[in-house]
Amino acid sequence: MTALPLLAIRDLTVEFATRRGTVQAVRQVDVSIAKGETVGIVGESGSGKSVTSYAVMRILDRAGRIAGGEVGFSGIDLRAATERQMRDLRGREISMIFQNPRAALNPIRKVGHQIEDVLRQHAEAGSGDAKAKAIAALEQVKIARPEERYHAYPFELSGGMCQRVVIALALACRPQLLIADEPTTGLDVTTQKAVMDLVTGLTRERGMATVLITHDLGLAATYCDRIVVMEQGRVVETAPAATIFRAPAHAYTRRLMQATPRPGATLRDLLPEGAPAAAPERARGAGAPLLAVSGLVKDYPKAKSLLSRKAAAPFRAVDSLSFTVARGESVGLVGESGCGKSTTSTMVMRLLDPTEGSIVFSGEEIGRVPAARFARHPLRPKIQMVFQDPTESLNPRWTAARAIADPLLRFRTVQGGEAIRARCEELARLVGLPVDLLDRFPHQLSGGQKARVGIARAIAPSPDLVILDEPTAALDVSVQAVVLNLLADLKQALGMSYLFVSHDLQVVRLLCDRVIVMRAGGIVEEGPTAEVLEAPKAEYTRALLAAIPRPPV
Amino acid sequence: MSAAGSPALPAERPRAGVSATLAHARAVIAGNPVTGFAFALLLGLVACATVGPSLVPYDPLASDTAVALQAPTLAHPFGTDQLGRDILSRVVVAARLDLAIAVFSVALVFVAGGLAGIMAGFFGGWTDRIVGRLADTIMAFPLFVLAMGIVAALGNTVGNIVLATAIINFPLYARLARAEAAQRRNAGFVMAARLTGNTDLRIVLTAILPNILPIMMVQMSLTMGYAILNAAGLSFIGLGVRPPTPEWGIMVAEGAGFIVSGEWWIALFPGLALMLAVFCFNLIGDGLRDIVDPQRRT
Repeated sequence: MTALPLLAIRDLTVEFATRRGTVQAVRQVDVSIAKGETVGIVGESGSGKSVTSYAVMRILDRAGRIAGGEVGFSGIDLRAATERQMRDLRGREISMIFQNPRAALNPIRKVGHQIEDVLRQHAEAGSGDAKAKAIAALEQVKIARPEERYHAYPFELSGGMCQRVVIALALACRPQLLIADEPTTGLDVTTQKAVMDLVTGLTRERGMATVLITHDLGLAATYCDRIVVMEQGRVVETAPAATIFRAPAHAYTRRLMQATPRPGATLRDLLPEGAPAAAPERARGAGAPLLAVSGLVKDYPKAKSLLSRKAAAPFRAVDSLSFTVARGESVGLVGESGCGKSTTSTMVMRLLDPTEGSIVFSGEEIGRVPAARFARHPLRPKIQMVFQDPTESLNPRWTAARAIADPLLRFRTVQGGEAIRARCEELARLVGLPVDLLDRFPHQLSGGQKARVGIARAIAPSPDLVILDEPTAALDVSVQAVVLNLLADLKQALGMSYLFVSHDLQVVRLLCDRVIVMRAGGIVEEGPTAEVLEAPKAEYTRALLAAIPRPPV
Repeated sequence: MSAAGSPALPAERPRAGVSATLAHARAVIAGNPVTGFAFALLLGLVACATVGPSLVPYDPLASDTAVALQAPTLAHPFGTDQLGRDILSRVVVAARLDLAIAVFSVALVFVAGGLAGIMAGFFGGWTDRIVGRLADTIMAFPLFVLAMGIVAALGNTVGNIVLATAIINFPLYARLARAEAAQRRNAGFVMAARLTGNTDLRIVLTAILPNILPIMMVQMSLTMGYAILNAAGLSFIGLGVRPPTPEWGIMVAEGAGFIVSGEWWIALFPGLALMLAVFCFNLIGDGLRDIVDPQRRT
């Protein structure tokens, strides 16, 4: 590696002009990448990892500018390059994969044509051989039946397929450098493995360099040669992937590592040292289960075609599902997207009517009460939910206090303005939200604070069952660690039951007593968490476990 | 791509209520002087409409044939018309009627069209079909001809001009509100509101309506200009407000005949007032959105 690096970033500083003056998003960053190398840039939101890559591609938005430093790409000074030169470089020499593959593709153009566009733009193909080259590109990203898929529109493909098409697009012109910005966030764990194997395989095959930008230290350590850890716009540590887990040098890397859920770690292990010990386990209520679901079915009718009289067979999202949740128990509902776990939880929450089957909650059949009328049902306060996206689940026009007070006002559990405010403050303290933040609007709060508001709102009416719908999927790992611990503590303190819906087995393992693995609307495997995760019986569970990134320890 | 904006900003304690809104409005206007200009213009128009009639130098209806058809002078800055009435006074006094027609018709269509659209978007199904087809039916006509027909059929009164202007704007509001409400129907915060026992009506009023208000405000501001034009247009062709009432549309119509003979001022000044009013409302739209949207308050 004595040769000139392919990409050399030296002393890079990027500034953004905001109403309150300039903000430095990236400060004096040094990164160099050699040919054939895979480098992971790891950091939490706001660390400047994406901005660094935008600066390299010169696609910063209007408020941002490179304030200092140098960016060299195989001898070309990218800072001084004209827009025309950059256009020529982008796609041909440097390519980028974005986080949301569906948003990165033009929805009304066939994927094959989109690949042809790139090839033609850089004069890699003429009208005669464009189609053949596009199909070859699809073939290289291991898309089955590429001739057929050439004619597919993005909406006809799954998320993983779309990301493969995006990779095919990015690699069509055989670039020397590929920048992948969170390429697998939002994809299932098995799809993530397939996509990452593909990217690293192609990198090796073609001898190009890859930059993997991610918040997931485990993923980066598994697939990269070298890791750059960023915090608040600065590089705090650069180390080979093989050693970073064994001997993290910087305190921030250690914190990040510690917060990452991993085999063998308990919930408390994720927090920095000095956190108070967990409260002793409460005795679980024996006797009748809190929630008993049996024979639950949800059909979605397919649209009738104009020509045939017969209605098509409906799509069965949930297929005769039965399970129970005991009082004080937390049950994990695990599966990949489309397995019916969200449909199931929405039905249990009584926002969706089941086609068949019964839902018995505290001894009362609630599956028959229409969802539209359940808002006024006496059991409504007893089933609450924490949503996946803390930002989207808060009304942007309400302050935190108003959001938390909403269930109190509607269920009339507390009367009078002062009593409600007092209860809000009590709930805020319970979830660890500083009381002076109660008067802020959601956009003035951080992700973790918004998650706390969402949790406070869910526990406000003293529910018996809380459904957690991937409550930490949108959060940074360090915030995730804190929120998971908070949820565990609240469960001990208030004696609630949890139904935890997730695709992340590592997170489920930390919080749940029992786990149910779902696939295609049915249960594949069910049992105590330790048993299922350590000695899985079903082939599918084994595949899920095998797809979890395993960093070299 | 706005991941770029996320680096930690200094945490400033948000000020509460009115003072925060004012501070934010100041920042928006400082960032975009055109918005400030538009608001100044609006202030001028509102002043004309409220206190204008008691400030004008002449009675807008008093005719004096001795000074008929006079070009602008110091005594009559905008000149006089064929009956010797002072055009400045008439232009200022007309602001009240024209703005009133615009404000009332926009308020009417905002309530009717906005609510119908929200219901259509939120409930879907039959509500959506009925509102959608109603809007389609209205849009099937050339809108100005429809307004003419409504005023001609119902009678030549100010009330009917307001009604006609509201009806032809209905599809704009219903469609916008429908699209915005449908987008938020399954949002997390609406689901959360259902979980906390809110009824559908309450969800519409507390979760949907306040969040689509910013975009509706922009629409209102834009249709204000359109409503003024529509009212003036109806008067111009002889439907709607009748002479001798001062109204910009009639005044332009009356003056149009004199332009060929060189008396340009009779039509020019009311036309200019009309243009400024429409211009002002169109400019305000954007500024207003920035001010009412809480997300913009960084």
